[in-house]
Amino acid sequence: MYDVLIIGGGVTGAAIARELSRYRLKIALLEKETELAFGVSKSNSGIIHPGTQNPPDSLKGKFCVLGNLLTREIAKELGVDFKEVGELIVIFNEADRPRLQQIKAEGERLGVPRLRIVERAWLREHEPNLNPDALAALYAPTAGIISPYRWVYALAENAARNGVKIFLGHKVTGITPEPGNRRLNVSVSRTEEPRRSVSGSEVTFRARFVINCAGLYADEVARLAGIDDLTIKPRKGEEFLLDKKREHLVNHIIFPLPTPTTKGILVIKTSDGNPMIGPTAEEVADKEDRSTSDAGLQKVLAATRQLVPSLSENDIIAYFAGLRPVAGKDFIIRHEAKVPGLITVAGIQSPGLTAGPAIALLVVELLKKHGLWPHRKLSFQHYRPKTTHLFSLPVTHLPFLLEQDPTYGEIVCRCEMVSAREVRDAIKRGARTLDGIKFRTRAQAGRCHGGFCTTRIMKIMIEELKLKPTEITKRGPGSNVIVESRE
Amino acid sequence: MLRKMTCIECPKGCQLEINEEGGRVISLTGNQCEKGLAYGRQEIESPMRILTTTVLTEGLDLKLVPVRTDKPIPKARLLEAMALISGARLTHPVAVGEVVIKDLLCLGVDLIATRSVQ
Amino acid sequence: MAAALAAYQAGVKDILLIERDQYLGGILNQCIHPGFGLHHFKTDLTGPEYADRFIKQVAAAQEIEVSLRSFVVRLTADRELTYLKPGGMVTLQPRALIMATGCRERTREMIHIAGTRPAGIFPAGLAQKMVNIEGWLPGKEIVVIGSGDIGLIMARRFTLEGARVKAVVEIQKESRGLVRNVVQCLEDFQIPLYLNHRVALIHGRDRVEKVTVENNETKETFELTCDTVLVSVGLIPENELIEQAGSPDPAKPNLPGLFVCGNSLKVYDLVDNVTRDSQKAGEAAAEYLKNA
Repeated sequence: MYDVLIIGGGVTGAAIARELSRYRLKIALLEKETELAFGVSKSNSGIIHPGTQNPPDSLKGKFCVLGNLLTREIAKELGVDFKEVGELIVIFNEADRPRLQQIKAEGERLGVPRLRIVERAWLREHEPNLNPDALAALYAPTAGIISPYRWVYALAENAARNGVKIFLGHKVTGITPEPGNRRLNVSVSRTEEPRRSVSGSEVTFRARFVINCAGLYADEVARLAGIDDLTIKPRKGEEFLLDKKREHLVNHIIFPLPTPTTKGILVIKTSDGNPMIGPTAEEVADKEDRSTSDAGLQKVLAATRQLVPSLSENDIIAYFAGLRPVAGKDFIIRHEAKVPGLITVAGIQSPGLTAGPAIALLVVELLKKHGLWPHRKLSFQHYRPKTTHLFSLPVTHLPFLLEQDPTYGEIVCRCEMVSAREVRDAIKRGARTLDGIKFRTRAQAGRCHGGFCTTRIMKIMIEELKLKPTEITKRGPGSNVIVESRE
Repeated sequence: MLRKMTCIECPKGCQLEINEEGGRVISLTGNQCEKGLAYGRQEIESPMRILTTTVLTEGLDLKLVPVRTDKPIPKARLLEAMALISGARLTHPVAVGEVVIKDLLCLGVDLIATRSVQ
Repeated sequence: MAAALAAYQAGVKDILLIERDQYLGGILNQCIHPGFGLHHFKTDLTGPEYADRFIKQVAAAQEIEVSLRSFVVRLTADRELTYLKPGGMVTLQPRALIMATGCRERTREMIHIAGTRPAGIFPAGLAQKMVNIEGWLPGKEIVVIGSGDIGLIMARRFTLEGARVKAVVEIQKESRGLVRNVVQCLEDFQIPLYLNHRVALIHGRDRVEKVTVENNETKETFELTCDTVLVSVGLIPENELIEQAGSPDPAKPNLPGLFVCGNSLKVYDLVDNVTRDSQKAGEAAAEYLKNA
């Protein structure tokens, strides 16, 4: 029996798990994919927004401002790099100035600190590659960047360290209240145990509270419990990553004026160094449609060249599409009176990455309001040792690492400079797939796209995970990398 | 029957037109030199290929040793040769040029190592 | 190896050869097909045989020191070179430095093929390494994008290994590979070559399921089911270190004592030309040292 069961291992679920792990509670987190952050969270711009571009009375706005503060603090505790790079919302016409001032005023009402309008001369000095036609910009210095997946993994690892049980490959198939008892029975089908071929076997988790933060599938999970007023519409965003060589293309995150539905197509700095351009915004029917298109590329190029004219198509080294889980205009965070004990956390689209830790605080309040009075643990471990990434260290530091472990000197991925030791660490911390290793270490994420390192990584996986070569997957069952191995 | 093929004796890549009957060349045009004539005739009458592939090893420092036939073998028997080779295991070190399988398919052709393996 | 040997023969006696892999020979080791050495050795060799001839010469030249499993992490404008090797990090400043870092494959991402990103999409050279070095078969039904030589050779290799190659799709009007390879790798096995066509979309959620092929002129499309896509759309020089050292155009490094050769200078079709180029670099470095 669990006190709290969390459905969904994206940033929201991980942030809630970490926050709840401060208390003396029995907690489990269920994720249907093979690894955490494999749904909405993996295809993310990695921006910790300052709070602007949200309606003043929205949950989005409120949680974004608070989330920005909390993320900095927690990132420090968990050893995740957060860089405050600031953002610029750029205008090209005098006619747009009132709109810019309105965004500033709305941001200030929400409590976004240090907003100011900067003029052309300032832009020339601080953002030399910006289109010289840019007239002015709203400067929000508190915008930052973080690696979205490393953030989720850090939150989840720390939650697990503080007692949260994490079940991967566990897909919820039913939620039923226990008659006469304030308990929920959650049936789960295990999709991910290829070695023991128990795939499809059902298990039941009992819990006093269930938190539905199932991202794109939050509506389907809600329906399992008889809640039918929730619809998640996927809104696709295509993003294009540029070569790390262009790291200094921009110094800030560059936005155009927002449209009613999106913040627009941006030039983004990422915590890995590669600039990113995008995203598009397109309603799609299929919750698994993460395809990119020629049209999307052209649209993103046209829009971002308006902001940064020197941007070259040849610098693109990777692209992907993500799906925003849209459930109306705002986040939906509520206790379901119809199913006591069930809390819905849905529609967590942008600025969901930023809002995560703030949403987690609200969830704790909701739990208290509905009968859970948890006690804080004395033994809560706030800190997580920072993981080592050669690419982020000065060369002079390497001899110290080599002394610790010579396999830091065995470079597996040459484009991003990732060592065998880092790949092994990633596996020890939970990586089970090639993508899981890529997200944690950046191996395969560079300009050669795994051309040189894939076999090296696979051999380490074979050794560490005791897998047969044919059992290695890119991102879970069905995505096996090879079909036969001569033995 | 009229057959068209590209001569590969040199980078010119002459387009040969060959009139053949029952695997015999009746006439050949499109070649710019004698090599083209010989190539066309060979390709129609008994096309031959060098086979390169790998042989699994046991207890050596490479999983596979690359190999090739020391002379061309009939094109029609490539897949048969592959089937035989895929069942073979090399268990002792070899140097480049050493025989891995002798007299492959009784064709009078040896399969030789193209890389040294310890 | 060719550059080191040429410098050695020109009188340089203190040579260090740095290789990141545990074997010498680089990509030649996975190129088990013939067609190498026709010019340089006047005989038809496979890749490993071609490499072996140089490995033996390097082994015989006692003054050429070889450092395997060594990975360069930094190069400065004054040739200060830092590399990792088993057991430590080394920094040294050679009087002359020759870059023979080869090239890498252009990827699906560089040519922006739209669609999904499932398992089963491989640069042809990676597939070659899997099949020829690791003994792994990446897939059973293959579509090859691009008619470069590696793609053609892998079409034959996959066929011999029991997979079915459904097509080679080439965006240009002519094959990019050598005629010999078109004949012996495709025609021998009746593998269709679609010229003037492109793969417009890759489909599949977990693993590749099919591709949409489009005729460049008529814009007509058709689909090919497959579980694997090989991408063979050209090579680009690998010279990030020279850029790191501050030379804006790696093809014309303006740093004294720095030489670039082979595929890291420009991509060649034939290894024999890479060797000739590398020998020139070795000789030029020797000359530079005499005059310096």
